[in-house]
Amino acid sequence: MELFLALKIALRALAVNKMRSFLTMLGIIIGIGAVIVMIAIGAGASKVIADQIASMGSNLLLVVPGSSTAGGLRSGAGTVPTITYDDVKAIQTECPAVERVAPTVRGSAQVVYGNMNWWTQIQGCTPEMLDVREWRIAAGRGLTATDVESALKNCLLGASVAENLFGAEDPVGKIVRIKKVPFTVVGVLESKGQSPRGDDQDYLIMLPITTAQRKILGNPFPNTVGAMLIQARSEEVLAQAEEEVTALLDQRHRVGPNKERDYILRNLTEILAVSQQSAQVMSLLLGAVASISLVVGGIGIMNIMLVSVTERTREIGIRMAIGAKQRNILLQFLTEAVLLTLFGGVIGMILGMAGAFIVSKLLDWPTFISPQAILAAFLFSAGVGVFFGFYPARTAARLNPIDALRYE
Amino acid sequence: MACVVSLRDITKTYRMGQEMVEALRGVTMEIQAGDFVAIMGSSGSGKSTCMHILGCLDTPSTGSYALEGVNVERLSKNQLAEVRNKKLGFVFQGFNLLNRTTARENVELPLIYAGVPTKERRQKALAALEMVGLARRAEHYSNQLSGGQQQRVAIARALAGQPTLILADEPTGNLDSKTSEEIMEVFEKLHAQGITIIMVTHEADVAAHARRVLTFKDGQIISDRHRQDSGWAGPGGR
Repeated sequence: MELFLALKIALRALAVNKMRSFLTMLGIIIGIGAVIVMIAIGAGASKVIADQIASMGSNLLLVVPGSSTAGGLRSGAGTVPTITYDDVKAIQTECPAVERVAPTVRGSAQVVYGNMNWWTQIQGCTPEMLDVREWRIAAGRGLTATDVESALKNCLLGASVAENLFGAEDPVGKIVRIKKVPFTVVGVLESKGQSPRGDDQDYLIMLPITTAQRKILGNPFPNTVGAMLIQARSEEVLAQAEEEVTALLDQRHRVGPNKERDYILRNLTEILAVSQQSAQVMSLLLGAVASISLVVGGIGIMNIMLVSVTERTREIGIRMAIGAKQRNILLQFLTEAVLLTLFGGVIGMILGMAGAFIVSKLLDWPTFISPQAILAAFLFSAGVGVFFGFYPARTAARLNPIDALRYE
Repeated sequence: MACVVSLRDITKTYRMGQEMVEALRGVTMEIQAGDFVAIMGSSGSGKSTCMHILGCLDTPSTGSYALEGVNVERLSKNQLAEVRNKKLGFVFQGFNLLNRTTARENVELPLIYAGVPTKERRQKALAALEMVGLARRAEHYSNQLSGGQQQRVAIARALAGQPTLILADEPTGNLDSKTSEEIMEVFEKLHAQGITIIMVTHEADVAAHARRVLTFKDGQIISDRHRQDSGWAGPGGR
């Protein structure tokens, strides 16, 4: 009940000086608004990265050919395929931390359907690829072991390719021509959006790796693959998988004092995790800079509350003469300060959300406001009120009753 | 009759810049329940200081003060606030009502600090306003009332908590003589109901309403006159 009355008194006191109350709140409004916008921008960035990690597939290692040395001649990295099918099989059977291995070859080609045609990336792969990339089928089926073993002319279309070639038509079962070779579309992939590097992952056609090498891309080095994606069994054994694969490949490729490592192993998940971390740091930094304005707003509150206490010294005297305890006076002024910051905080939150919305619309920058951010902003604005309102409220509560009564 | 106020050798020394001012130099008095006491004296005689000490707004430098047998001179600030709230009612020269607040809300104020529940608070406030003849103005804002009316609201506020003692510091100081008479009639009425009143004034005709007049000079009581009821006729034909 006491708090309710304190609220009533505080509301009345704030209503008396509407303009002053508003201007005082403005500092908090701007502060909270800025914090919300900044955190929304930062959180948006790290959410994008998190989505990319999810779209890439989790716990992935990528092995690509490195430079090789033949007769004293060093070739550039990736110019010679050094990874073989035997490597793939060896990793699959000999590395306990590895869940599955997906070898792949890449190229690009013109694809034709009816009177439509499209230049797109061609990826030769095995059935494991879809599992490793955590990529689902939107229509039809995926590739099978038979497709690969028998080098069948079946293919999967990426969502964007399907749309460009077929429009509204159902592609499953239709024949497309890739470099004039007819292929049956057995399935369409779900849309995956942008890759971590920013290109559209849906401009792609997947073929059985054998078919791709024999019919489309050609393969000057028999028994080799372009690259392989390795999925570890879990996040915990990712580092272990990295070590096992390195050790195995080093042994198989006879890496030693006389031969440099002819492959490159990258931990994709780790790379993205690092960039996510840096996005979070950026978000934190932005928030910290914005909260400076919140502190400035808080000082404004303190200033006005001190003025208010001086102005109302006589009122404080009357209340004390009538029996108000220090606690009552303290609560009264503290309530007023907290009310100011809470109002300011709520308005600031609304403006901040509007600002974040405008940023994402106009600048095409993803923003994200979590419920936690809203709760934190709310508590923080109340905290600013308590922190900066306490000193003026205590000044009021400590006044001497007669001095306060005599004050003109 | 029971002794409500008992002052023993009260002194009060202020520091005014470099010099020490002795506002009270050994004041001793006893006031009985139901009495109506006027305190007179020129300015600087110490009567206001004495009033502040009586009202627990200030503490004496030395001496003891018992209010209803309880020594209050060494109570903490919060305990003093409680004493002011429960046992004392103040009426000031400048009315001291809160602005932008209705008469009823002003009267409810001491009850709020006493923690009286809303419904009971409202009843008591209206009863107190009734007593000073302002029940019809309960919802008027204090600045919509005349000086006399404001002072009556202030008296109602002092009464609301049913205090042991009402302290009035020049209650008619800001009012014209006709309104002053009205206010004094209210005090007479309260006195008739057995409420103990101590009033500071420097006007003899206001002091004439009291049953006992204490005169202060240079921080001491120099005269203490009791008026016998016989042969005294106050306003209202008594």
